[in-house]
Amino acid sequence: MTDIKTLTLLIVLFPLAGSIITGLGGKVIGRQASHWVANVAVGLSFLLSLPVFWQVVFGDARFDGAVYTWLESDGFTLSVGFLLDPLTAIMMLVVTFVSFMVHIYTIGYMADDPGYQRFFSYINLFTFSMLMLVTANNFLQLFFGWEAVGLVSYLLIGFWYKRESAIYANLKAFLVNRVGDFGFALGIALILTWFGSLDYSTVFQAAPGHAGETVEVIGGQPWSLMSLICILLFVGAMGKSAQVPLHVWLPDSMEGPTPISALIHAATMVTAGIFMVARMSPLFELSDTALSVVMVIGATTAFFMGLVGIVQHDIKRVIAYSTLSQLGYMFVALGASAYAVGIFHLMTHAFFKALLFLAAGSVIIALHHEQDMRRMGGLRKYMPITWLTSVIGTLALIGFPGFSGFYSKDSIIEAVALSHLPGAGYAHACVLLGVFVTSLYSFRLLFLVFHGEERIDPHAREHLHESPAVVTVPLILLAIPSVLAGMIAIGPMLHGGFFEGAIFIDAQAHPVMTELEEEFHGALAMMLHGFFSMPFLLLAAGFVTAWFLYLKRPDLPGVIATRMGLLYRVLVNKYGFDDFNDTVVAGGARGVGSMLWGLGDRFLIDGLMVNGSARVVGACAAVLRHMQTGYLYHYAFVMFLGLLLFLGWFVNQ
Amino acid sequence: MPLLSVLLWLPVLGGAFLLMTGSDRRAGYVRWGALAISLATFLFSLPLWTGFDTGRGGMQFVEELPWITAFDIRYSLGVDGIAMPLILLTTFCTVLVVIAGWEVIDRRVASYMGAFLILEGLMNGVFAARDAFLFYVLWEAQLIPMFLIIGIWGGPRRIYATIKFFLYTFLGSVFMLVALLYLQQKAGSFQIEQMYGIGLPLDVQKIIFLAFLVAFAVKIPMWPVHTWLPDAHVEAPTGGSVILAAIMLKMGGYGFLRFSLPITPEGSHALSEFMIVLSLVAVVYIGFVALVQKDMKKLIAYSSIAHMGFVTLGTFAVFRIMDNGFGAGATMAVSGAMVQMISHGLVSAALFLCVGVLYDRMHSREIADYGGVVNTMPVFAAFMMLFAMANSGLPGTSGFVGEFMVILASMRAGFWIALLAATTMVLGAAFTLWMYKRVIFGEVANEKVAALKDLNRRELVFLTALAVPVLLLGVWPAPLLEVINPAVDLLLQQIAPHKTALVMLP
Repeated sequence: MTDIKTLTLLIVLFPLAGSIITGLGGKVIGRQASHWVANVAVGLSFLLSLPVFWQVVFGDARFDGAVYTWLESDGFTLSVGFLLDPLTAIMMLVVTFVSFMVHIYTIGYMADDPGYQRFFSYINLFTFSMLMLVTANNFLQLFFGWEAVGLVSYLLIGFWYKRESAIYANLKAFLVNRVGDFGFALGIALILTWFGSLDYSTVFQAAPGHAGETVEVIGGQPWSLMSLICILLFVGAMGKSAQVPLHVWLPDSMEGPTPISALIHAATMVTAGIFMVARMSPLFELSDTALSVVMVIGATTAFFMGLVGIVQHDIKRVIAYSTLSQLGYMFVALGASAYAVGIFHLMTHAFFKALLFLAAGSVIIALHHEQDMRRMGGLRKYMPITWLTSVIGTLALIGFPGFSGFYSKDSIIEAVALSHLPGAGYAHACVLLGVFVTSLYSFRLLFLVFHGEERIDPHAREHLHESPAVVTVPLILLAIPSVLAGMIAIGPMLHGGFFEGAIFIDAQAHPVMTELEEEFHGALAMMLHGFFSMPFLLLAAGFVTAWFLYLKRPDLPGVIATRMGLLYRVLVNKYGFDDFNDTVVAGGARGVGSMLWGLGDRFLIDGLMVNGSARVVGACAAVLRHMQTGYLYHYAFVMFLGLLLFLGWFVNQ
Repeated sequence: MPLLSVLLWLPVLGGAFLLMTGSDRRAGYVRWGALAISLATFLFSLPLWTGFDTGRGGMQFVEELPWITAFDIRYSLGVDGIAMPLILLTTFCTVLVVIAGWEVIDRRVASYMGAFLILEGLMNGVFAARDAFLFYVLWEAQLIPMFLIIGIWGGPRRIYATIKFFLYTFLGSVFMLVALLYLQQKAGSFQIEQMYGIGLPLDVQKIIFLAFLVAFAVKIPMWPVHTWLPDAHVEAPTGGSVILAAIMLKMGGYGFLRFSLPITPEGSHALSEFMIVLSLVAVVYIGFVALVQKDMKKLIAYSSIAHMGFVTLGTFAVFRIMDNGFGAGATMAVSGAMVQMISHGLVSAALFLCVGVLYDRMHSREIADYGGVVNTMPVFAAFMMLFAMANSGLPGTSGFVGEFMVILASMRAGFWIALLAATTMVLGAAFTLWMYKRVIFGEVANEKVAALKDLNRRELVFLTALAVPVLLLGVWPAPLLEVINPAVDLLLQQIAPHKTALVMLP
């Protein structure tokens, strides 16, 4: 058996090679060869992830070391290196599996697109970047992967670069992410300053020694160093994982092709923030403040962004708001020190959300790129596989007992109920209400698309049929873990010491996981109990509401929208974040720029100082010019006067 | 072989020869001749790197001849880890400029090529000079070819731009001359190394520092003496912009490291806060100004000023880092500044060449005249994407390395310094990518864009030649740092002999 470092190196490099081949040679080798290269590359990565996972999880193999030295300066060595532990192993598996599914699906979805090879090159590059991110053993490489996935996200949102909305969305996504990365970079700089290293192992080891340290940031106020570091790192997570108020880019990112909405903007990249916080658990455990912040921001996103999902008409945007909300759930878990639960939900969510997106994509191509749910309905009989897998995805998403999402989401709700940090009460209320909201928007989507009356464009209906196998097979393959992953994994992953050595919890201060474990009596018992719990009632209420509003009385939603005009407008306007950013932030920056340029550069510096001094010189010269008359006797006279003055001064010395 | 003399005189004499023998009727001969000379110079500069001893910080490849013994003026050359990469950058960029001007320049070809070759030799000399007098002569001399390049092959407002450029830089260097004359009196020699550590009183050091500052701040350029640069860039031909941005700005940064810091360490220390503030103003203020530019070249020029702000920030943050008790961390700041200079040389050269590629086809630099270029020039769009990302400091490109090192190091100088410096992550991306969006993405904006032809072979060559080092430096900057670090360590010992022994952590 090859050692896990070499395997990981191959896992990471296959997609990179694939990306280079399809990117530079795509036109030469053609479409067919390109999709083979890309798919084989990612397929191999997935296959090789299996033995790595096996050896790490069951064979207790570990690796933490450099691959090569990136640079050395000042005695700091910054390297590119791998850390292989259960957290990395599970992430590698999830990333390569979902990525592989999406690669296969893309063959069908992008079949008619002129940018076919370019697309494969990008998603290969994405897989490489994401793998670099999750395998990092130091902050530098983490930051590299972090920014690299951001780049690919930018490229893919703007994949259809002719659309104004797409190139607006990708610029917005990149810049909002950069705001997060700004905080992230400062956090990393603080770590290097105080720990003298960027390697995880060194930093984590030294962290408890810095727990009581304070720094002065504003006017002599002592701030806890660890809180400052953790909150700055979390700002990065807020950007990448789209938490309020840096969530604004994710709904717009739906301008990209659907496969990448599934892969990047649901299953993998946007979960990088969750992964990062879990990875940094030894730091976050030292700061209750930071944990509270994580929890409150997550809870706010979970509930309020879910609400927006109810009023969206675009099928992909509904799922995008659902993603925001689910990411919020994961952060709530992290904030409650239940890191394993957060990662657990990350995993189950990756399966069922990728499934939902790909199913939506299947509907979208069947209807010739129609995304408005008002022009869908009754598709169940035309697309049975898509319908069935969508139902499975929906049940998993809302957390129906037994499905994967149930185990992870109920664990989150339990965990936050057990937490005693400031804000835990608020968070608990948010995630509970969120269950109702999730159920409502999910069934609304299901009913509007697959049930009820057909509102399809007659022209589209003529050719309406189930999608080809390259599309449906990934759906089925994703549906399986969407059902089973929770049931199988909850025992070992949450309560079997799975993350030992990878995630650190201060069990004295934050005993949530220990208490959770005491309440756990096996997956079956949990499922049965699930039918008699508060979340199930809320879930059922959501279902009934959706059924009543969208199947029984489809005229009602319009009436409600007009009756509750204010609330409706607030939700449709997404709480005004976009307007604020467009006018105040973007407009403000342009205004400041124009002012500095016009007033500073052109008026003060160039106008007054530069050209002004040129004019002063010119004016002086104009005066002095009169002295130069050209008459010899004038000069002789002045010389004579000067001589006299000089003599007089000399004599008087 | 006296390598450095070859690097100085081969292009100067070769350029002069082309000037005398060439004419527009023999343009082919001139072009190939210029390419041969510039390539030969580049090849001769490679042994500097391969034969460089990374184990020590002092001068290498030393050459020395007496010149004017009465004032101890010598023809003495040598390079250390600070100068060597800059010379390589110079010889490399000149080859690209020759290729870039191949068909584009069709009148006075011999003068054009000759001017650039002579300029190359003089710039190599500036970086290699160990004698302050020699340095000053070369420093001033290279104004002439650049003056002519902008004045003859420039745009409509070239006269205003050249006068502004000339007066600004000339005024700056006059102050430097006075400072050098004073230092010669004190040290009894024009040898730069003999001016180090002569124990000037603080007040004198401050005055000398300010005199140097005027010269170097104009050159690099720092806010608020930067306004000559956008004007010069806008009017300069593509090749002129490339050399101006890639090399000539670096002479300012080089001057700080070679003269200001080691000759007036206490003076630099006393005024370092002032310098940090000016640098941060450059990063933030200029970042906003770049955002609203309508002319691509102006935008890139402003972006250059912001990036040079990182060079001066890294250079002067050193003092605060030491004051805060971090002995280590100081090297990283200066090394980061150096990496930033090299990287900016490559990236800004590439971006100006990209604008040149568009300008040659459309004869406009206005962003508003473009849109949807990717539809007709996909290969070009891919290259420009790479360079735009490098300009935004994306990891994996050279633009990230220096920027990140300076941000990391400046956290040791103070939280707010790092915070303000890091705003470039947002601002830099905003102005670069917004321009990219408006020029490259979207539907084809007009018939002119629809008629665009993608890169020809010549253009492909020079953009590839720049893309490779931009990526290489981003993925593996260690070799460059190996060259730079010893020289920077030596510099830091010179400016604070008692401080380098400090422990790493507080």
